[in-house]
Amino acid sequence: MTSLEKHKYDVVVIGAGGAGLRAAVEARAAGLRVAIVCKSLFGKAHTVMAEGGAAASMGNVNEKDNWQVHFRDTMRGGKFLNHYRMAELHAKESPDRIWELEVWGALFDRTKEGKISQRNFGGHEYPRLAHVGDRTGLELIRTMQQRIVALQQQDAKESGNAESHIKVFAELTITEILKENGKIAGAYGYWRENGNEVLFEAPTVIIATGGVGKTFKITSNSWEGTGDGHALALKAGANLVDMEFLQFHPTGMVWPPSVRGILVTESVRGEGGILTNSLGERFMFKYIPEVFKDKYADNEAEADRWYLDQDNNRRPPELLPRDEVSRAINAEVKAGRGTEHGGVYLDVSKRIPADVIKKRLPSMWHQFYELAGVDITKEAMEVGPTCHYVMGGVEVEPDTAAAIGVPGLFAAGEVAGGMHGSNRLGGNSLSDLLVFGRRAGMGAVEYVKKNPTATVSEKAIADAAARIEAPFSRAGGENSYSLHAELQEVTHNLVGIIRTGKEVEEAIEKIAAIRARSANVAVAGGRQFNPGFHLAFDLDNMLLVAESTAKSALLREESRGGHTRDDFPGMSSKWRQVNHISSFDGKNVNVKAQPLPPIPKELFDLFDIHELEKYMTPEEIVKGGSN
Amino acid sequence: MARKLKLRIWRGDATDGGLKNVEVEANDGEVVLDLIHRVQATQMGDLAVRWNCKAGKCGSCSMEINGKPRLACMTQVSSFPEGEEITVTPLRAFPVIKDLVTDVSFNYRKAMEIPSYEHPKNLAPGEARMEQIDVERSQEFRKCIECFLCQDVCHVVRDHEENKKSFAGPRFFIRIAELDMHPLDMLKNRKQKAQEEHGLGMCNITKCCTEVCPEHIRITDNAIIPMKERVVDVKYDPVRWLGSKIRKREGIV
Ligand SMILES: Cc1cc2nc3c(=O)[nH]c(=O)nc-3n(C[C@H](O)[C@H](O)[C@H](O)COP(=O)(O)OP(=O)(O)OC[C@H]3O[C@@H](n4cnc5c(N)ncnc54)[C@H](O)[C@@H]3O)c2cc1C
Ligand code: SF4
Ligand code: SF4
Ligand code: FES
Repeated sequence: MTSLEKHKYDVVVIGAGGAGLRAAVEARAAGLRVAIVCKSLFGKAHTVMAEGGAAASMGNVNEKDNWQVHFRDTMRGGKFLNHYRMAELHAKESPDRIWELEVWGALFDRTKEGKISQRNFGGHEYPRLAHVGDRTGLELIRTMQQRIVALQQQDAKESGNAESHIKVFAELTITEILKENGKIAGAYGYWRENGNEVLFEAPTVIIATGGVGKTFKITSNSWEGTGDGHALALKAGANLVDMEFLQFHPTGMVWPPSVRGILVTESVRGEGGILTNSLGERFMFKYIPEVFKDKYADNEAEADRWYLDQDNNRRPPELLPRDEVSRAINAEVKAGRGTEHGGVYLDVSKRIPADVIKKRLPSMWHQFYELAGVDITKEAMEVGPTCHYVMGGVEVEPDTAAAIGVPGLFAAGEVAGGMHGSNRLGGNSLSDLLVFGRRAGMGAVEYVKKNPTATVSEKAIADAAARIEAPFSRAGGENSYSLHAELQEVTHNLVGIIRTGKEVEEAIEKIAAIRARSANVAVAGGRQFNPGFHLAFDLDNMLLVAESTAKSALLREESRGGHTRDDFPGMSSKWRQVNHISSFDGKNVNVKAQPLPPIPKELFDLFDIHELEKYMTPEEIVKGGSN
Repeated sequence: MARKLKLRIWRGDATDGGLKNVEVEANDGEVVLDLIHRVQATQMGDLAVRWNCKAGKCGSCSMEINGKPRLACMTQVSSFPEGEEITVTPLRAFPVIKDLVTDVSFNYRKAMEIPSYEHPKNLAPGEARMEQIDVERSQEFRKCIECFLCQDVCHVVRDHEENKKSFAGPRFFIRIAELDMHPLDMLKNRKQKAQEEHGLGMCNITKCCTEVCPEHIRITDNAIIPMKERVVDVKYDPVRWLGSKIRKREGIV
């Protein structure tokens, strides 16, 4: 313990995606000293992969758009399981967050009037997604990265030290969040480069670690999506909310096998792409659910007219929320109408001229051409569902992003729960990162005012260090790569896009068995940049996440958004009143039901009562929202 | 379908290392990164490699494949003739940490030296108006995924450690060009600074950087050459320089 690297900060932000960076900027603006920690190089976080855009009701393309419409779309998309307050803050604040990026140098695509252009996306009533071609995430992360650099340059000018207030600790994995006397005291981790350990002492920790996709076999997520923040939060005593809800994006690549799961952006459909099965049928017309009948066209002629005249026509059903489209594709393939490689066709080539495709969807063109040998300006793509996003996450207090139950802990971005209910709309994540990243930063600022310092005890340090050493001292045990593959198989087959109670029960047993074996994972080689060692920790996190997902999925006896139970195919307004809260007792994840916070009257009144009747119980309708 | 392939992987660290031969199975449609992952999972659990997106979007998996700087996730195995050995080595211009992972901190230091974007003081959020055609020039450069392949290939620093101090490299020339062409940026003298402080003058337009750029950014034609030309202009004609900065503000309402 002689040479442990130690740092003291006001805030430790775990994660350098959009959420983490926005949080850091906010905390720094208030004069705090911030450490940003991330597993990859700076600028490579998952956010970089986002394609389609960021949703904000700026009304640049259709003036009728405003926060109320965005709020309604978000609640609808989430099937009214969203935390109303988060959806409200998000809808109100997104435009300011996008405009702010422009002040920091972002260059979005423009409208004819020179404003930020906005595109159509599934579930959004008006064109709403600010975008840069199909590389919006890159623009967002680069802008934030460059904003951090700008602040560091400012600090260098003022104090002579660029890292006086913000320092990025890249390629450092946090393995533990530390508490003393029930409050946050810091975080512990190791440098990936050399395995050396690092202690951060800080009164606040902001978790912004993104998603959990790597728990599943077919996913659009990178290796980073191992649910670290979800697991760290659980272990620190925080709760996860609604972990049964996972978004399976309808259009992942299916061929060749090595790219299976890689995302095909929804903008392809937003720009006019249509879905057909092996018989050439445009099948989505068959899958418009009752609750959406009045918003989506039930015939091709009207669907086509919508691209030209959105006021007098209903939207094409390809633009239904993602859960609906994924289930439809799944059903078509199951019924034997899939493509050779088990997907369906997605085609833009017949509707849009080649040069426009290359301009509007450049990275898709590139991706298919280079990885699948398909020229999307001439041929259809083969696509199928891929695990994309986790709606569930850390239970937070909406206004401050404070994790419930752990003073000093905050969570924002994909790792936080509640905002998206049972299904997230495309584009609502990038704006979520900015809105709640900023709020988490503000939350931390307020908290630090009353809790300015933190010290970690020697015992906590020794425990955290022992955990890191453990896999090296075991001999001949399990291999983390094969356990990971087994876990992915279980989640994919038993808690995937369609589930049954029996399957989920089986999954819970199998996950527990893998977890028991994972206690024997041994690592070959040394500490220096050793992926086998890194995976050992990631695996531990994925197992906790999978347990939480499976146990929540077993309890919810209905189908809603990103949770489809074959044995309970209907949506029930009784279940809408319930959130599932996961907590960890040191051994197991326990899940309990908790009443959903009731929606206040002024928000309730934004909806047509007949629409609410489809989701709420008669008693709730009579009550008309809380006061 | 599946075939056996010979792969030579550089293994080692800052002190020592060499090529190791392995045989690995390759399936249809696979990229070099798939092979490396298979080796990692089955034969060399501690083989170090960086990657994230596996779709050419993040710029993490940069390495040299048969001597050429490339993204491993975008290099099809089928692009090599049957029987040809594939050799993967770490980026040569940067110090090795371990195996295929190099220390690219040089690039982050250089990023810190480029003055940041300056927004017009009186232009409130949401008020900016820019033509698509005016933002497109900078947008081309903002496609950069920071793979640093161009930095790796550029002969000015590839084997000349001593030049690193005064040379920002092609990645940062396009960053400067991007800001210089940004319709709203208020900072003056970017081109001059590129020449005087960031080593633009050391570039002799070999175009190697453009050739390796996986984003097909025309680094030399669209950034380096126009900047070099205008630096010369401006040196002789201060009035024209002023004019260019005034034009730049036209986009603002
Ligand atoms: C292919 C793809 C396309 C998408 N397109 C869109 C879109 O068009 N619009 C939209 O709104 N959303 C989109 N999404 C979703 C959106 O991109 C993500 O939800 C969002 O970027 C998550 O951002 P984040 O800041 O929460 O975390 P991330 O960007 O995932 O970053 C997580 C950070 O946490 C760090 N981290 C994790 N664990 C640890 C640890 N233990 N220690 C230290 N650091 C850690 C990581 O290194 C990383 O820096 C897309 C997602 C994918 C996969
Ligand atoms: S063109 Fe200039 S910057 Fe590019 S590789 Fe050649 S010398 Fe380097
Ligand atoms: S300019 Fe091209 S080669 Fe250079 S870092 Fe950017 S993407 Fe890579
Ligand atoms: S892994 Fe992202 S570019 Fe190769």
